Amino acid sequence: MKGLRLIILAVGLVTLWQIVVTLTDAPHYILPGPARVFKAILNHYPVLLQHMQITGAEIVLGFLLGIFLGTSTALTMFLSPLLKRWVLPVLVISQAIPVFALAPILVLWFGYGMASKVAMAVLIIYFPVTASFYYGMQRTNPDLLELARVMEARPLAVMRYIVIPSAMPAFASGIRVATAVAPIGAIVGEWVGSSGGLGFYMLHANARMQIDVMFAALAALSIMALLFYFSIDYLLDKIIFWESKQGIM
Amino acid sequence: MVMENGNAPSIIFKNISLSLGGEELFKDLSLTIEGGECTCILGPSGCGKSTLLRLVSGAPSLVYQGEVNICSQGVEADKKTAWMSQDDLLLPWFSLLDNILLGAKLRNQVSPAIREKAYELIAAAGLSGYEKTLPSALSGGMRQRGALLRTLMEDRSVLLMDEPFSALDALTRMKLQNLSAELTRGATVVLVTHDPMEALRMGNTIIVLSGKPARVQCRVSLSGAPPREADDPEVQKHFSVLLNELLNEPLQ
Repeated sequence: MKGLRLIILAVGLVTLWQIVVTLTDAPHYILPGPARVFKAILNHYPVLLQHMQITGAEIVLGFLLGIFLGTSTALTMFLSPLLKRWVLPVLVISQAIPVFALAPILVLWFGYGMASKVAMAVLIIYFPVTASFYYGMQRTNPDLLELARVMEARPLAVMRYIVIPSAMPAFASGIRVATAVAPIGAIVGEWVGSSGGLGFYMLHANARMQIDVMFAALAALSIMALLFYFSIDYLLDKIIFWESKQGIM
Repeated sequence: MVMENGNAPSIIFKNISLSLGGEELFKDLSLTIEGGECTCILGPSGCGKSTLLRLVSGAPSLVYQGEVNICSQGVEADKKTAWMSQDDLLLPWFSLLDNILLGAKLRNQVSPAIREKAYELIAAAGLSGYEKTLPSALSGGMRQRGALLRTLMEDRSVLLMDEPFSALDALTRMKLQNLSAELTRGATVVLVTHDPMEALRMGNTIIVLSGKPARVQCRVSLSGAPPREADDPEVQKHFSVLLNELLNEPLQ
């Protein structure tokens, strides 16, 4: 049923795309039709694959590093109210600066390679991950904590068996947001300065008026982002088995 | 299964004064709860029944004057208590068995002997075969039985029960009262309830609290071991008296 729905959605969107192309009679260098883009994918797939690997690695690395840093910050804030008072304002201020505006600086600091794109992805997901995990832990049922106190629980065991599992559903929402926005970080980083990756390839094709290739790169990016999202979504549902399904599929 | 502690401690409240949210809940309240029996605290909602339990469990957020002593034969006894509330508080990510073992897990004390005891209790409560089941797949009565077993696993001689059966339907409630009375015999049980019938079936002593600040309105001692049947003459005799005591209270 799920698979069928996905196929219907995909076919529907492609049909809509073809209808728009036919109705507007747009020239192929402005809006190429699905067939032309599909042909571009077939013709360029070895190069596309190569650039996909670069962007994919940036996304996954940024995602993992962002989650590691976010959970560490959230745990620090939760366990030390004193540190929280200092860290929380910094966290909020960091969100007031548009991450995209930082992209040129990050490229300047970390170079044209992968590091600056990973840093972009980390920056963009750091806040949703930290905030969701922290507030999830904060919202642990106080009665459970009282029960643990009467049971003379060890603090680490309370974190492991009660607080962290309680935070998981909220944390999962943060991770889902992170999964959706991490590719944006990587692509924006590539636009600002890079020598590889789908973002770079899109600019490259654009400069040569190969709009169908540009759309092919865009399609590759979308497929990759969707696969990434669904894998993480599936994993989260498996890990948080006690919650009713939250994912969109 | 019967609690083996022969000399379960008494609980003595001495001149307790306590205010919550600007409202005076207790003023110079003194009260003794006998050891080794079930004392039911009855009273209208908001009269401080649950707060009394939290005083015994030593909730750190409560600020009060006076003393709460847990003594066995005049000597200060172990302050450790076990707690059971209206909400079963089963962890949805743990199986029934793991929930029953929660206290041991939280103290890093899970051992084969503890597991064995958990299995025995599960069998005594008629839950065999559900050890690996998640709470979401259990009925309300089964969940509350799980919570009761988790409380009993703590092996404490003072059990604090805060309206433990009030969320259940009448029939399940009666069954659970019977099971609970059987499994907690010999321990000092303080059971807070707003149901006079429950108090009469479960209690050796019934203390009715009322007013603001709360005071002991009456104290009823019952003979015979709980659980009593609903048509027990003693239950019948006191039921209307208790009901009248409670009905005299203005609506909160």
